[in-house]
Amino acid sequence: MSLIWFVEQPLWYLSATVFVVGVLWRLFALVALGKKEDLSVARGSAGGGAVRAVLLHFIPHGGFFSKTFFHFLAGYAFHLGLFVLLLFAAPHVTFIDERILGVGWTPLPRWAFILTAEIAFAGLIFLWARRISDPVQRQISDADDHAGTWLTFIAMLTGCLALQESNDALRIIHMLSVEVWLIYFPFSRLMHAFTWVLSRGNMGAVFGRRGVTP
Amino acid sequence: MSAQKAIDALAGQIDSTVASYLEACIHCGQCAEACHFYQVTGDPKYTPTYKMRPIDRVYRRDKAPFSGLMKAIGLAPDELTMQDLEDWSELLYDTCTLCGRCTLVCPMGIDIATVVRKSRAGLVAAGMVPEGLLAAAERAVEQGSPLIKPGVLEKVVAKQSAEVGIPIELDKKGVDYLVILSAMEILNFYEVIGALAKIFKQAGISWTISTTAFEATNIGYQMGSPDIARTLVQRIVDSAEELGVKYVISPECGHAYTALNWDGPNMTGKRHSFKVIHILELLEQLRRDGRVKTKGLDGRRITYHDPCQISRRGGVIDEPRSLIDQISSNFVEMRNHGAANICCGGGGGVSSNPRAEGLRIKAFACKKEQIDELGGVEALVTSCANCRNVLEEAIDEFEMDLPVVGLTELVAMYLDEGEKKPAARKRRKKAA
Ligand code: SF4
Ligand code: SF4
Repeated sequence: MSLIWFVEQPLWYLSATVFVVGVLWRLFALVALGKKEDLSVARGSAGGGAVRAVLLHFIPHGGFFSKTFFHFLAGYAFHLGLFVLLLFAAPHVTFIDERILGVGWTPLPRWAFILTAEIAFAGLIFLWARRISDPVQRQISDADDHAGTWLTFIAMLTGCLALQESNDALRIIHMLSVEVWLIYFPFSRLMHAFTWVLSRGNMGAVFGRRGVTP
Repeated sequence: MSAQKAIDALAGQIDSTVASYLEACIHCGQCAEACHFYQVTGDPKYTPTYKMRPIDRVYRRDKAPFSGLMKAIGLAPDELTMQDLEDWSELLYDTCTLCGRCTLVCPMGIDIATVVRKSRAGLVAAGMVPEGLLAAAERAVEQGSPLIKPGVLEKVVAKQSAEVGIPIELDKKGVDYLVILSAMEILNFYEVIGALAKIFKQAGISWTISTTAFEATNIGYQMGSPDIARTLVQRIVDSAEELGVKYVISPECGHAYTALNWDGPNMTGKRHSFKVIHILELLEQLRRDGRVKTKGLDGRRITYHDPCQISRRGGVIDEPRSLIDQISSNFVEMRNHGAANICCGGGGGVSSNPRAEGLRIKAFACKKEQIDELGGVEALVTSCANCRNVLEEAIDEFEMDLPVVGLTELVAMYLDEGEKKPAARKRRKKAA
């Protein structure tokens, strides 16, 4: 049993299973907490409000754009960059084709990969730098926030190092870091990748009934 | 006393909606930009999400998915202590007006105000409600109002009735509308009663005020006591049912509207047998139907302060503007008006909490900036007696010269009463 085999086979399946089952369970358990029927007379639609809130909060509204521009820029740079890398980096497309979906698509050319990676890294580094330097963020951050950031950073960094797929060791380090990230994900605040819809939607539904979307 | 009661009370407040908020917070801190208490102090502890910390700890320790596993491996947060609760008492009661402005800026759309209000239930269970609020709640339960002693309402109504020359019958059965009032209106802004009499006479509306359930303010709702909140809502419900009214008119009071209309039926566990209508909704409806006619225009440069619970959290945003347009020739809007407006600084029970007074006055600086940007404003119109009182106090403290006017009274001033001229405008004196 080689380390390569272990990381590529059982550990991969284990981490993927923990991720999928953990995320589904966490979401299910959250929704299963339930809520009471709202007995007030609605002025507007809860569903409409939920959709409006989900869309509206993609951009800060209410006059805060200039005050939160840093978060907006760094946040989108990192998240969009990460999604593009995740779905369009050439080794990922191959991996998705061969190991997950059985279909592939046109990957990013190398120059676009490098550009996207730089944007994503810049976003993540700026977000983290702010977390450790801004008094507000220092006050409210906890170990989970830092762990999530670092695991993501390491997964991205090892991914870049392994880009050429010429070096097995680098590729395995990347895969191992991703597997740790996948196992950590359902137990952490990385879950915000899914819970944002519930949070925005629930708030929007409450206020949609009142005829307003804050 | 152990913290267990508080922990249980907090756990009892967490449903799937609250849990989704607690789960989604990414600790980005953007909500601080929206909170007047952080803005005027620059103190990071006033960051809105930090106010959710106690309930978040209870959630992650006892209720969240995988909390058992986290506890087993020593990664769950520490159990709340009485000291924690004491530390958060100021954050939850003194420095959150439940204004909900932080929701606007939050990328996750978290309704922090609701979580803060629910978190107060933990402090109620721990016996850590600020003295002023607790005393007000006790008076509300025992004498029917936090500020109005028995017999005062009758005198005030009789005086207003005589002043406008219109009979006002109390406890009258079989009328369509039951008017409830906030204590602040009865005490400080009683002209609104005469104003309503004039408007309703013109509109041909049958109405009454109950001597047992006249108080709209729900101090139990503000302090986070589900029991007291329910008792106070039930009192209005019982009275409305006994009098057989079709509508209860929610007055110019912010949280009264939320407590009775939006959360009231959820507290009593029963749909209201009557419809709650906000006074601004009713006035606008009457104006549109041609049942209330105005004459003349107020030429002063006026602007409108949106009470948070009525606009951002209540959805009554267009009605006041439509009414003001009808009676003003010089109406100007503040930047970020409507759903994004800045709080007066004293909602959510903060104005009933003497401990919070210093910060409350300080927090007005945000509102002041919003008003000053317009330049030359001659009157500030609003539709919440609590906002009005808080604004008047702060305006005095900041040595500004700016009358604050209730919208219902303003409409009544310009009522088309045939030959009669609109009543003279006067700046009311602040009650001692
Ligand atoms: S609801 Fe208003 S007062 Fe409370 S934390 Fe949010 S912005 Fe601050
Ligand atoms: S803005 Fe929203 S997500 Fe960010 S810290 Fe505040 S509550 Fe949490």
